[in-house]
Amino acid sequence: MASDTAASSANVLRPKRPPPWNDPAVRGIVFQVLFVAAVVALGIFLVHNTMANMERQHIATGFGFLGREAAFGIGESLIPYSPADTYARAFLVGLTNTLYVAVLGIILATLLGTLMGLARLSSNWLIRKLAQIYVETFRNIPLALQLFFWWGTLRYVAPAARQAWQPLPDVFVSNRGVTFPVPQSHPVLLWMLVAFVVGVAATWLIRRWARARQMRTGQPFPTGWTGLGLIIGLPVLVLLAAGMPLHLDIPHLQGFNFSGGNTVSPEFTALLMGLVIYTGAFIAEIVRSGILAVNWGQSEAAMALGLSAGQRMRLVVLPQALRVIIPPVTSQYLNLTKNSSLAVIIGYPDLVSVANTTINQTGQAVEGISLIMAVYLAISLTISLSMNLYNRAVALIER
Amino acid sequence: MSVKWLAGIAVALGLVLAGTPLVANAGQTLDKVKQAGMLVCGVSTGVAGFSQPDNQGNYAGLDVDICKAVAAAMFGDATKVKYVPLTAQQRFTALQSGEVDILARNTTWTLQRDTDLGLDFAPVVYYDGQGFMVGKKLGVKSAKELNGATVCVQPGTTTELNLADYFRANQISFKPLVIEKLDELVAAFFSGRCDAFTTDRSGLAAIRVSRAPNPDDYMILPEIISKEPLAPAVRQGDDQFHDVVDWVIYALIQAEEKGITSKNVDDQLKSEDPDVKRMLGVTPGMGKSLGLDEKWAYNEIKMVGNYGEIFDRNVGQGSPLKLDRGKNDLWTKGGLMYAMPIR
Repeated sequence: MASDTAASSANVLRPKRPPPWNDPAVRGIVFQVLFVAAVVALGIFLVHNTMANMERQHIATGFGFLGREAAFGIGESLIPYSPADTYARAFLVGLTNTLYVAVLGIILATLLGTLMGLARLSSNWLIRKLAQIYVETFRNIPLALQLFFWWGTLRYVAPAARQAWQPLPDVFVSNRGVTFPVPQSHPVLLWMLVAFVVGVAATWLIRRWARARQMRTGQPFPTGWTGLGLIIGLPVLVLLAAGMPLHLDIPHLQGFNFSGGNTVSPEFTALLMGLVIYTGAFIAEIVRSGILAVNWGQSEAAMALGLSAGQRMRLVVLPQALRVIIPPVTSQYLNLTKNSSLAVIIGYPDLVSVANTTINQTGQAVEGISLIMAVYLAISLTISLSMNLYNRAVALIER
Repeated sequence: MSVKWLAGIAVALGLVLAGTPLVANAGQTLDKVKQAGMLVCGVSTGVAGFSQPDNQGNYAGLDVDICKAVAAAMFGDATKVKYVPLTAQQRFTALQSGEVDILARNTTWTLQRDTDLGLDFAPVVYYDGQGFMVGKKLGVKSAKELNGATVCVQPGTTTELNLADYFRANQISFKPLVIEKLDELVAAFFSGRCDAFTTDRSGLAAIRVSRAPNPDDYMILPEIISKEPLAPAVRQGDDQFHDVVDWVIYALIQAEEKGITSKNVDDQLKSEDPDVKRMLGVTPGMGKSLGLDEKWAYNEIKMVGNYGEIFDRNVGQGSPLKLDRGKNDLWTKGGLMYAMPIR
């Protein structure tokens, strides 16, 4: 009896390890291992089963088709492409088309969204209400419908190529798109690009120097105007120095379409408009909420310091608002990029459109879909990563 | 985000799940269909004359009648068909994954589809060729004058490839505008977005008659730039079901050759012709070999009609399309329709 009591009191002081099936640590590890094993087993089962089924149905597998001749045409392309090129090249055309519309879309949606977000906070009643109508209209209509709307409008409102409108000399608007002159390729273009890069770099250096000087002496420097002058002025100087050797490639009506110049198709325009206007409405709300999240006391303090309205926004409110704005805006960028796959419904040859054709011509759906998923994943992760880096740069640095 | 993604994933899942090796085997479609009592038939999303729902939602057309004939031969009831409308891009994966039992969707028989895609084709039910439709005011008389044209074409078709081949061979340029949904593509063409519309000539005739705001403003150019033998397809390795579809189609052609129609088939039961007796099951044996009822051919002819009746009703003189028999006439009349002997 006494020994029992001693044993039980020792148990109370230093609890005995519970049996393994009751030990939280052991259970945790066991369940995690089991879960991972189950996931891996399911994965293996699915892959194996798919392969077995495709083998049984005599469906071709593997990525060998990428090296074969594509033999189909693609309506618009940023890189040279002909039906004699390979499927891999066709995919690349689709990818560049997707990136083209996504990058332009992100830039324009950001501009439009910021503008509209600020307009919603305007003290002017009319501007505020117009911005509100814009946001509530375009945020609440499905994007696919908006795309059909823009595309249909562009097609029906614009005249046929032979009766094209000419708003500016040598610029033609028709149901084939907007055709405008572009400079013919010339070595001076490369040098102008170099001058542009030099201008950007110089602006960055001047900005650093101006900041340091302002910190030291309090003397401001017109960095903005100087930078603008450098970035635009240097390439123009190079062009003038070279004696204006550029010739424009003027579009002209040949047969029933324009030849020469550059044409922006109605499909591209409709897709870009749809994506920008739709995503812009979301960004406007994010910008508005970000600005409202900055305490009014900050603005009052800035006013007390005698900062102008513009300076208040630029130096005090926006830097703090960005911390709230950036994470949700990143999601919008991702949405815009993925929504660009709606291009297929209006015939813009984006990645999904090209991949769909490829899948159908080769019958290799699993490979095609894997490629699409891998590419969108890569694009999305890249956007996320760069936005996270930017977010870290503007995040509150706590001391 | 897009429906396409979902479709793709569904297809991938379908491939994974459709007949896992444990559950199903090749060559069992016949049993599966018999057990279900219903034939699942993949058709187009709407090509007049081939497969299009009428205003009561009943599918009609040449392709539809092939499915009806198969159902009639299998069940003695031509209505036991479930139609699944498929776009050009969905059609093959739908068949591969087992979503449909038979694909009767104006599909061109090609080597790659026969091999890489894991399909098998039944006899050709319509010999077609690709052409171009243009607006008359374009002033074009030949496809060779289409240099620089924008051409509306459906993606994932042989048409899309032939188009590129034709312009390459003639060293002229073109811009394709590809949209999967036929309705949108047709609307784009008639709104003037494209200079030309290309597909099989039967399809062009159907679109001109049924969709053009004013059919007389449009013309079909004389060039036929490809061979488009349109045939129903089944899954490869599904030999027994493939046999059934083959012989259902041969029986339709043979019936026309022998002058057996849906009207006189009952009288023909009394025929003394041994060929007719074998086909209609008066002399038994053929049905057993196919794994069907001995009345298989009688039922399909009685309920659907012979090939000539099907052609006439859907795309021929008895239809708005008014297409000539041409190459689709019987071999005895200079065409290509030739049934293997039913014996």
